[in-house]
Amino acid sequence: MTRAGAAIVVLATLAALVGPALSPFDPAAQDLPLRLAGPSGQHWLGLDELGRDILARLLAGARISLLVGVVVVGVSASVGTLVGAVAGYFGGRIDEAISRLIDILLAFPGLLLAIALVAVLGPSLTNVVLALASIGWVGYARLVRGQALRAREFEFVQAARALGATTPRILLRHVIPTALPAVSVQATLGMGGAILAEASLSFLGLGVQPPTPSWGTMLSYGRAHLIDAPHLTIFPGLAIAVVVLGFNFLGDGLRDRLDPATHRRD
Amino acid sequence: MLRYLARRVALTIPVLLGVATLVFSLIHLIPGDPAQAMLGEAAPQADVEALRQRLGLDRPLIDQYGAFLRGVVRGDLGVSLRTGDPVTGQLLARLPATAELAAAAMLVAIACSLPLGIAAAVWRGTAVDHAAMTLALTGISVPNFWLGPLMAIAFAVELGWLPVSGRGTLAHLVLPAVSLGAGLAAILARMTRATLLEELREPYVTAARARGVSRARAVLRHAFRNSLIPVVTLVGLQFGAVLTGAVITETIFSWPGIGRLLIQSIGFRDYPMVQGCILLIAVTYVAVNLATDLMYGVLDPRIRYE
Repeated sequence: MTRAGAAIVVLATLAALVGPALSPFDPAAQDLPLRLAGPSGQHWLGLDELGRDILARLLAGARISLLVGVVVVGVSASVGTLVGAVAGYFGGRIDEAISRLIDILLAFPGLLLAIALVAVLGPSLTNVVLALASIGWVGYARLVRGQALRAREFEFVQAARALGATTPRILLRHVIPTALPAVSVQATLGMGGAILAEASLSFLGLGVQPPTPSWGTMLSYGRAHLIDAPHLTIFPGLAIAVVVLGFNFLGDGLRDRLDPATHRRD
Repeated sequence: MLRYLARRVALTIPVLLGVATLVFSLIHLIPGDPAQAMLGEAAPQADVEALRQRLGLDRPLIDQYGAFLRGVVRGDLGVSLRTGDPVTGQLLARLPATAELAAAAMLVAIACSLPLGIAAAVWRGTAVDHAAMTLALTGISVPNFWLGPLMAIAFAVELGWLPVSGRGTLAHLVLPAVSLGAGLAAILARMTRATLLEELREPYVTAARARGVSRARAVLRHAFRNSLIPVVTLVGLQFGAVLTGAVITETIFSWPGIGRLLIQSIGFRDYPMVQGCILLIAVTYVAVNLATDLMYGVLDPRIRYE
């Protein structure tokens, strides 16, 4: 499963990087007489409500999805790791304040806070990234805080402190590296989550705005043609499901290898 | 038990205050003048000024905050900009539909996931296990905003068995509940498998088998009952995902609940209503988490003494 996941992730990345250049069709080019046409030899996945090639739009949408995933996970993991390490390492009031903030943010279910933030900031790709990253760091912070609480008692950390290492150096060179395996697992699973979240927001009309191709927006427009052109719904959803499944397979495999407890349990 | 209950309830109060504060801040995160943003750029200045006064946006921030908190405590969340009706009344009118959908989705999830998780654990490492877990991982990966329309194509459009949207009969509930519950079912099935596997390794299961207890009884009456505690916790924790999923599912199936109201209100820039919806969903989530924690204390007596 891990290999299947890795293969899907590599293929999706390649599709996002070189796919749009290889596609013979412009994702924005309209062929109105052929609007809603089904899959054919020329247009493998058919055309949408404005006569645009669905495959070309899926490839262009892959760039958006993966870009959002990478940026959201990158920002969330960096901020969360740092905040969690500081909370766990210092403890006391700093930990108390950060933990309460985490509790409050975790009181909002899943995407709700992101929906709320995009609702007030306005729908755009930048605001989607901002909204998802502003809730995404919490999970990493909670994870790393727990690891840092343990790590600060390790002998090598105490030795570094005794040798006069500065606090930033101890955090960056000794405490944070102990949490990196767990963070990398969460980041891999988080990629799938971020892609799904972006697609959800775009589906609701709160994410990427037309004419920029996005898998969620494509699905949203497909709803109006469920009866006469189901391919508008089927292919974008399939793309989302396969890519998210790939990241989940990969994340699960990584967890099995990096987390001895899970490995033993299975 | 009472001390545990009181402590757990007391811990919830600062969280609720934080939630209310965040919801209050939302309106102030609107770029530019919130009143102008709500009415649109073309709105006359007099109307903007009137709305600013009506919402109290012309008062000092601390006064606004105090008034907001007092309103929340009294159940007064202001008036909808679109309809002019009290926000609380509209929320209460929509609440039963969302509660019905969430409960049905949870039921679907529990009914599907437990047999799947038990089968995967009992026949661990076999084709049954691999098939069940692949199905579960697929369920986690498939977005409900895709599953919903796909099921609508199959069961409403092609087969004509079920209505495609709306609320009223049990038939209306099937597609939304299944599409919303599928993701949760997948997560619960994985958890059931993992916890049951741990329990099956415990000496008391071996002892029961040695006493001549049948395998099915040892699994279902002994191991499964003990593996339920983390599963119950997960059901509570995942309630948030169900509430967020309901926002999308209600939009897809035109289900007249809080989630659809939220998305409609965002479209109309009806921010008091948006605040009300967000607050209600978050508070419900906190309450369900609290109830889960308390139930955890009941199910596992060791928790009470900590």
